[in-house]
Amino acid sequence: MRAAIECFDRGVRVFLVCKSLLGKAHTVMAEGGIAASLANVDPQDNWKVHFSDTIVEGQSINNWKMAEIFAKEAPDRVIELEHYGALFDRTPSGKIMQRPFGAHSYRRLCYVGDRTGLELIRTLEDQVVKRNIPYEDEVVISGIFKDKSTGAVSGALGIRIRTGEIIRFRCNAVVLATGGCGKVYEVTSNSWESTGDGIALAYRAGAELMDMEMIQFHPTGMIYPAGVRGMLVTEAVRGEGGILTNARGERFMENYDPKRKELSARDVVARSIYTEIMAGRGTKNGAVYLDVTQRGADYIKKKLPSMYFQFLEFAGIDITKEKMEVAPTVHYQMGGVKVDPETCETSVTGLYAAGEVASGLHGANRLGGNSLSDILVFGRRAGIAASEYIKQKNPKNELSDEDLQKEISRILSPFRTTSGANPFELKERIAAVMWHYVGIVRKEEDLQRGLDEIGKIRLESKNVQAKGPRAYNQSWADSLAVWNMVLDCESIIRSAIARKESRGAHTRSDYPNKDDSKWMVNIIIKRSEDGQMTQETVPVPKMPPDYEALLNREEILAWKANVKEE
Amino acid sequence: MEKHAGVGEKKQVTLRVFRGLGTDRSKDRYEVFTVPRQDGMVVLNAIHYIQSHFDSSLSARWNCKAGRCGSCSAEINGWPRLMCKTPVDEYEGEEITVEPMKAFPLLRDLVTDVSANYEIAKAMPPFTPKEAPDHVWSMQQIDVDKGREFRKCIECFLCQDICHVVREHKANYIGPRWVVKAASFDMHPMDALNRSDFMKESAGLGYCNITKCCQEVCPEHIIITDDAIIPEKERIVDTHYDPLVWIYEQIKGTSKGKKKSKKE
Repeated sequence: MRAAIECFDRGVRVFLVCKSLLGKAHTVMAEGGIAASLANVDPQDNWKVHFSDTIVEGQSINNWKMAEIFAKEAPDRVIELEHYGALFDRTPSGKIMQRPFGAHSYRRLCYVGDRTGLELIRTLEDQVVKRNIPYEDEVVISGIFKDKSTGAVSGALGIRIRTGEIIRFRCNAVVLATGGCGKVYEVTSNSWESTGDGIALAYRAGAELMDMEMIQFHPTGMIYPAGVRGMLVTEAVRGEGGILTNARGERFMENYDPKRKELSARDVVARSIYTEIMAGRGTKNGAVYLDVTQRGADYIKKKLPSMYFQFLEFAGIDITKEKMEVAPTVHYQMGGVKVDPETCETSVTGLYAAGEVASGLHGANRLGGNSLSDILVFGRRAGIAASEYIKQKNPKNELSDEDLQKEISRILSPFRTTSGANPFELKERIAAVMWHYVGIVRKEEDLQRGLDEIGKIRLESKNVQAKGPRAYNQSWADSLAVWNMVLDCESIIRSAIARKESRGAHTRSDYPNKDDSKWMVNIIIKRSEDGQMTQETVPVPKMPPDYEALLNREEILAWKANVKEE
Repeated sequence: MEKHAGVGEKKQVTLRVFRGLGTDRSKDRYEVFTVPRQDGMVVLNAIHYIQSHFDSSLSARWNCKAGRCGSCSAEINGWPRLMCKTPVDEYEGEEITVEPMKAFPLLRDLVTDVSANYEIAKAMPPFTPKEAPDHVWSMQQIDVDKGREFRKCIECFLCQDICHVVREHKANYIGPRWVVKAASFDMHPMDALNRSDFMKESAGLGYCNITKCCQEVCPEHIIITDDAIIPEKERIVDTHYDPLVWIYEQIKGTSKGKKKSKKE
């Protein structure tokens, strides 16, 4: 939506397409806040420290240029969001309040209680409505087309879910803002639409994917009862002083990261919890405890209202009195479509990607709160670049009728089969395979097995069946999603097999150490001319020496050591 | 994980699910499914089980499955609720009837066309800041807190569904969700507009007779009637029917009102 607003304001014709209803995208789930070095609470904070935190926790395979742009522009985007109408919590002097969050050196997350994402999406929705930007919701895009001679984007095809009609879009630029593919995992905080559609669309259009092996497990998901498994418990609980203990009552984070404890980076906390559970020190439901009761009922209800109601309504647990049970859940995809750091353009001319669908900013691990500022910073940049491309080049790319007919035939195939597989069942099987073989700790033979299983599902999915009429046919929409998911899974597994080390979110039990001498690289996935998935490794872009100096942590750590805990 | 444990035992849930197509209402019907009961199972889990095991042609709109997005609104045993937040255990021993929201046109099975809501959104006078966006604004927490409640709305439209004015009478009333929206703008410390003309004339707020059904169904626990509708009604009264303002205007010869919304 930020990209659409930018395009509109720059005077180009723009059309916004949403897979769900307008304003219901996965962003509503973001709770903790939006990271920007406004330095309202900790005056020492600035873009350099934010840059440094982002790169260090991303285990240095981030694109440094993206991280620089991001850290510099995030404060402006937050203030802009406030001017659009978002209501952030305040400091006593009336500035935007900032809270501490995992692996951010300073208090940096601007927040709206624990519903920051909802506030962000509603505010942008209001801006879209105010400008009367044309949009259509509940449309699934199935394919993006290129001009045969120029190789640039010339249009897209989709289905209007409500009526089952097929719609053709003639356009010379497409900005993907489709989010990640968390739904390929069984235990995930992600929503229905997170089936990695944008990644598959870009791949099929010939764009390069990068860092696909980097899947973030959020350390704290709900685990019990089964109906809520995977539902997110915001990091803000730890930000507000929540303590993790194992079944024996030990504050185990003291063993894994004595300095930062619960507020360590997400990959560290997730792996620590996983290790505790695997070592038999978990609860009977296979979880650990998260306890925030010491904060008192009033404080919790004010600062973490959604969490309070989430546990009360979904699990019958009063978090002001009882401990929560939590375990890791799939949360975010750091990898995605490879983009230019300044313009968000992919390797296909006219195709842009911003947010979770893009890769490069977060490296091997994303910091909490960086995703919301990511979508604003790069949403705007993608909007600028797409508008300028249209205005300056005025491209007139040809939408090939042959390609259109081929795509229409492809997407209607689920109606032609009479004895095919059930897409909902295939989705469940994909999720189970990924959870068991490509999970939080990986090893070669599991990954190979996972690849084989996904290969089998891919074969079955060719014959997937949609039942009933075309209007609001979910089995049809999910059939298209299954095709995208198998593609995403294959790229994740191939990349995970290729990276023979442990780095950030990617942990290999057979290669437990990080190896900078060999693996300061990004793994690129691409479709070859003959339609095969190919991969290559490219070195991480080298940053200038003065930027490297910013990664020296001693100064920050010394300051942190002097800060008394609240 | 114990998946679908207890098949064939007493641990089962029976659902009576509405089936139908908006374009042909002559084929409306109910189908009964029995699915295995899981710990902590909600109605949406049961619907998913039906889709993957019995009938993939069943349609239901959903997204986050965590009570955050407001997509899976339905009527469960006649009461508007989110399917993802309705534990099947609440209906122990009962058959659970799942139907689409009746205030909106049917698309298919449990899915309705809620697009009319977005048309109302377009008519609403938008957030209009008092101060120019050329500097960093200052606001106090106490003022921010006043408007916070209305910003919790997830647009599930359950309040619209239960509102008898929206549902039964074709009156020109925008409905509870949109009064909450107006309140969220009006209570923004930086908002400059007075929306009372819009609320009185275009929004038809006078049609609401304060039955408070809307605040009973709100999954976000917004006190819709008491905190949004009544204050918005009072704002209309203050702007249009305040005797002191009337006398002042008679003396000064000015017409009513302070700043009026531009859209009027």
